[in-house]
Amino acid sequence: MNAVTIDPREAKYARRKFINRLAVGLSLAAMAFGLFWLAWILVETVRLGVSGLVLTTFTQMTPPPNEVGGLANAIYGSVLMVGLATFIGAPIGIMAGIYLAEYEPFGWLASVTRFVNDILLSAPSIVIGLFIYAVVVARFKTFSGWAGVLALALIVIPVVIRTTENMLQLVPPGLREAAYALGAPKWKVILSITMKAARAGVITGILLAVARIAGETAPLLFTALSNQFWTSNLGEPMASLPVTIFKFAMSPYENWQQLAWAGVFLITVAVLGLNILARVLTRHKN
Amino acid sequence: METLTPTREKSKISVKDLNFYYGKFHALKGINLEIPENKVTAFIGPSGCGKSTLLRVFNRMFELYPEQRAEGQIVLDGEDLLTSRKDVAILRAKVGMVFQKPTPFPMSIYDNIAFGVKLFENLSATDMDERVEWALRKAALWGEVKDKLRQGGSSLSGGQQQRLCIARGIAIKPEVLLLDEPCSALDPISTAKVEELIVELKRDYTVVIVTHNMQQAARCSDYTAYMYLGDLIEFGSTEQMFFKPTRKETEDYITGRFG
Repeated sequence: MNAVTIDPREAKYARRKFINRLAVGLSLAAMAFGLFWLAWILVETVRLGVSGLVLTTFTQMTPPPNEVGGLANAIYGSVLMVGLATFIGAPIGIMAGIYLAEYEPFGWLASVTRFVNDILLSAPSIVIGLFIYAVVVARFKTFSGWAGVLALALIVIPVVIRTTENMLQLVPPGLREAAYALGAPKWKVILSITMKAARAGVITGILLAVARIAGETAPLLFTALSNQFWTSNLGEPMASLPVTIFKFAMSPYENWQQLAWAGVFLITVAVLGLNILARVLTRHKN
Repeated sequence: METLTPTREKSKISVKDLNFYYGKFHALKGINLEIPENKVTAFIGPSGCGKSTLLRVFNRMFELYPEQRAEGQIVLDGEDLLTSRKDVAILRAKVGMVFQKPTPFPMSIYDNIAFGVKLFENLSATDMDERVEWALRKAALWGEVKDKLRQGGSSLSGGQQQRLCIARGIAIKPEVLLLDEPCSALDPISTAKVEELIVELKRDYTVVIVTHNMQQAARCSDYTAYMYLGDLIEFGSTEQMFFKPTRKETEDYITGRFG
């Protein structure tokens, strides 16, 4: 018998190679599954959205059924409310993040803040919408842009807190020590050294928070509601892209449906743009 | 333990009965030591012996960490710095420190130097330019960076970054300079430059250096302290320590029979 003798090491190695191939294959399949739906969504959005995208989409107000119109008031409302919510929420989030990372990382207040923040981070946005409805809308007896801004700010804050804290923790302790060793006071070390080192990451966190609230519908549905007309008055109900899309897409009117797709396309492009910007910023840092 | 005073040199820092704790761990045990003025003093010993810990007491760096605590006296120019009511920033301006890994700040080379100076002095633009040049010349870096002062500090090589950190420490004109294994991340050429610099610096500063490299201690220090497991075993002139140590432990360590 001169059977081929197999080196036991080789057998073990062959097994390892097989498992490796299997794992890579499964990972690729999982990725393909995810990408398939994403690509489908994007293709549909572009196919149905681009056709509704004409100049009047940006210049005219949301129309009554079966009349020509655009999304100008909804775009304006979205930009205004998202902008203000970020303007209010980001500084609060950054300051809380600094507190957690730099001042009392292990104190009881920090543990409680972190725990509450995690809950807020994963709270369904409709809960936040209802909360603002009960606290603001019901009290002032009117839907308003301000209520929408507050609801969106409440979503921004936990996201920014989390990213700011994480990014500050990534700053090597040696850098802080080096600044303290020169006799710098704590606020100066945080402002000029650690925040500067973590800047790209913190800005990325804010951009991702903006991307998140740009598409939120539920918190606006109970707060800013919607408006057929152009308004800059945040005390009045205010139109926004997501709520308009929600209303128009559910309608039986063809022109509304087409505008809804145009809105979907706009939001998708805006969120994609913000994500790419965030990527570029973090890569620049490395 | 008797105070280990090596000479009749004027002492800059006197360590008296210093005990240091990381939480419950007793890291420095009754250290008594006189650091002579305008000399280079080296701390040597195996990892974990407490030499870096001792260095970090001199500028109260340990206070950044709440679980660390020092007991005893460190007298700098006649005042116990552990109980001093002066702001710790003033102490750190007087006792500078350079770390093991180069830590350029995320700003330009120029601003890396100017950052510390601005904390304590209001200099005009020309005076600041002069101070930056002076510090960079002292750190033997001026020639290499004079045309790119506005570039980021992290664009420099590791050895240049470390000399930038030394320049940054010198720029605020401290009296004592603490060097915590300043060459351990550097190649031999950069190490040689930093060592030359250390010898140069002692004309104006009291230098204390922690090193793992015994040749380095032999080359550039005037006095050497050998530490082991939180105890100061022997302290004397570098020559005496390397050629006729009085303690068997020191001899074993220095001759490489140990550690």
